Amino acid sequence: MILASQVWTQVFWTSVIAGGLLAGVPLMFTALGETISERAGVLNIGLEGMMLLGAYLGFLGAHYTGSVWVGFLTGIAGGMIGSVFMIVLCVWLGLDQIVVGIAITLASEGITSVLQQAQFGSTYPRLGAAPTVEIPGLHRIPVLGSSLFDQPLIVYLAFAFVGLLAWLFRRTNIGLNLRAAGEKPEALDAAGVSVVATRSWATLSTGALAGLGGAYLSVVAAGIFTPFITQGQGFIAIVIAMLGRGRPLWVLLGSFLFGITLSLSDSLQLAGINISTDVVHMLPFAAIIIALILFARRSYLPPALALPYVRGAR
Amino acid sequence: VSTETISTKAPPAAVRSRPTRSRLGDRVFDVCVRSLFPVLLALGAGAILLLALGRNPVSFYQDIWLGGVSGGGWDAWQDSAIRMAPLLLIAAGLTVIFRANIWNLGYNGQFLLGAALVTGYGPSLTNNVSLPVAMLLLVLMAGAAGAVWTIVPAVLKARYGTNEIITTLMMSFIGVDLANILIKGPFQDPAVTIPQTRVLDLEKMLPNIPGTRIHIGLLVAFGAVLVVHYVLTLTSWGLRLRIMGANPRAARHFGVNLPRLIITSFLVSGFLVGLAAAMDFLGLWGYIRGGQNPAYGDTVIPFVFLARLNALAVVPFIAFFSVLSVGGDLAATNANLSTDFLLVLVGLILLFMTVIEYLGRRRDLGGTYLPPGLKEALRAPLFRRRS
Repeated sequence: MILASQVWTQVFWTSVIAGGLLAGVPLMFTALGETISERAGVLNIGLEGMMLLGAYLGFLGAHYTGSVWVGFLTGIAGGMIGSVFMIVLCVWLGLDQIVVGIAITLASEGITSVLQQAQFGSTYPRLGAAPTVEIPGLHRIPVLGSSLFDQPLIVYLAFAFVGLLAWLFRRTNIGLNLRAAGEKPEALDAAGVSVVATRSWATLSTGALAGLGGAYLSVVAAGIFTPFITQGQGFIAIVIAMLGRGRPLWVLLGSFLFGITLSLSDSLQLAGINISTDVVHMLPFAAIIIALILFARRSYLPPALALPYVRGAR
Repeated sequence: VSTETISTKAPPAAVRSRPTRSRLGDRVFDVCVRSLFPVLLALGAGAILLLALGRNPVSFYQDIWLGGVSGGGWDAWQDSAIRMAPLLLIAAGLTVIFRANIWNLGYNGQFLLGAALVTGYGPSLTNNVSLPVAMLLLVLMAGAAGAVWTIVPAVLKARYGTNEIITTLMMSFIGVDLANILIKGPFQDPAVTIPQTRVLDLEKMLPNIPGTRIHIGLLVAFGAVLVVHYVLTLTSWGLRLRIMGANPRAARHFGVNLPRLIITSFLVSGFLVGLAAAMDFLGLWGYIRGGQNPAYGDTVIPFVFLARLNALAVVPFIAFFSVLSVGGDLAATNANLSTDFLLVLVGLILLFMTVIEYLGRRRDLGGTYLPPGLKEALRAPLFRRRS
């Protein structure tokens, strides 16, 4: 009897951690992308659309070639396609970032849904499970091992990427330029660095990361692309990036907290507790609202966020 | 209060543009170009997309006309008119809040909460109270639900300057889930197994406009549009709202109580969105299913902008979109396409609108920071010389 309850909790906690990881990685990629562009002063409301484009193209790539990595690459390309609109219209022409962001999200929702229905509306092909990499030794740790250290390679790369980004932000000129583009673009311009180029690269990397997050959703997490597969995760990612205040490690932490709440319903069902999916679905959003109410004073955004930079304009 | 640090974005298009040319012909031309061109360009781009998908764009757009206006012996237009009621009310609500340069993107949650309450309490209330009183109560309840759902974003924005895009979106997701919990829980019709509320009797729904199938919600919507237009253009509240939208710092110097104005504009906006839900579900549906979310607001936004945040100008655009969406169902079915194709069209309209706005601004730019005399001198050689 005691043994049974031990197994129960072990299975439960393994599934919570593994589920949080599965749901948290796409959030983390996307939120890291948003962190980059927010630092540079571009508010990317089109993140949801870029994720969807990445999810759709990533699924196509993985489906037709059978390779997960091709899927990730096509997903990155999909997100970049979405961000090109943002770059041309918002960064180069200085148009309203929120209107363009909404447009990108709407158009991507529509186009991916239409294409999915036209191509796979009757067949619904599925991808096989993505291959995982066991880390020798560590994966035998009871609860943590099988959930944390037996994951697809991309997950480990994601963690490495957080470190890389933190180093980039803190120690390099690129990070300094990014921050200047969001804090005081005039100063960056005066220092001889192009604000437009800095913001363009930042937005392009945001698109790439959002596309990768979307591709992870369809290729690894779900194994299938369905219309509106992202279910508002692009917007959650924006919030995580805002609460993370431009620090990659905080973004990592926030993503996994929200990942766990997103995956909690499956874990609870596995544990035999039946709880309405609506309630569980509500949890991460309610958590964000409570966090915002509690820490509202401390949420910080760069002063030049969402303002187009026009040289010489006051 | 750090209210001016909140505006993390440029003002909406209409606030930014200046009426530089005063002649009527020029202005009419301008309005036509800036409002109609994006729609035409989007329809053209949509046609190219349809061709690329191997569908016939001519028959697609013909089906839209048939399904939305002329079908069934010139009867289908009434369906479009019924669709107009909630869309117009949402558009009115968004016009108010966008004029203040605040983004209420929580319309889906506000709408569905209103809808859930109306359909949940509708059957019992109409049975116990006289019909007009019950209707009034239900309509007010839905409006209040929409308004209440904006309080958290409104207070956070007013007190701390928290970005309202994020908070309204989050509240929207919570509202949609809460509405579903209500529909599947306390409001569930015990007689059926699918998650759904009890169906209102036909005679307990909003009456029709005599001689038509259109419920009087459309008249309410027209009334709301007129009131919103009046309030925004001819009252001091509307003036203060517009000043705040154009420049919060100037508004504060002007003596405007910014926090209070932010909260009231949010409440008005949410109330109108809730009203839209009441009209739609008391007039057309009579019940709501779990997971049902018409998401009207997503598609209304572009037309609010195309109308340049003018409540009256919204009417023709919403009429156009109602035809597009009602006829689009038929067209998409006939073409064997997902109805989400309409989202592509709406997204394209938004994109083309911003581009045309940019081109128009470029044309006007000669005047932005030059004194009037110099501006005329610069412009004269390019156009005809006027003294």
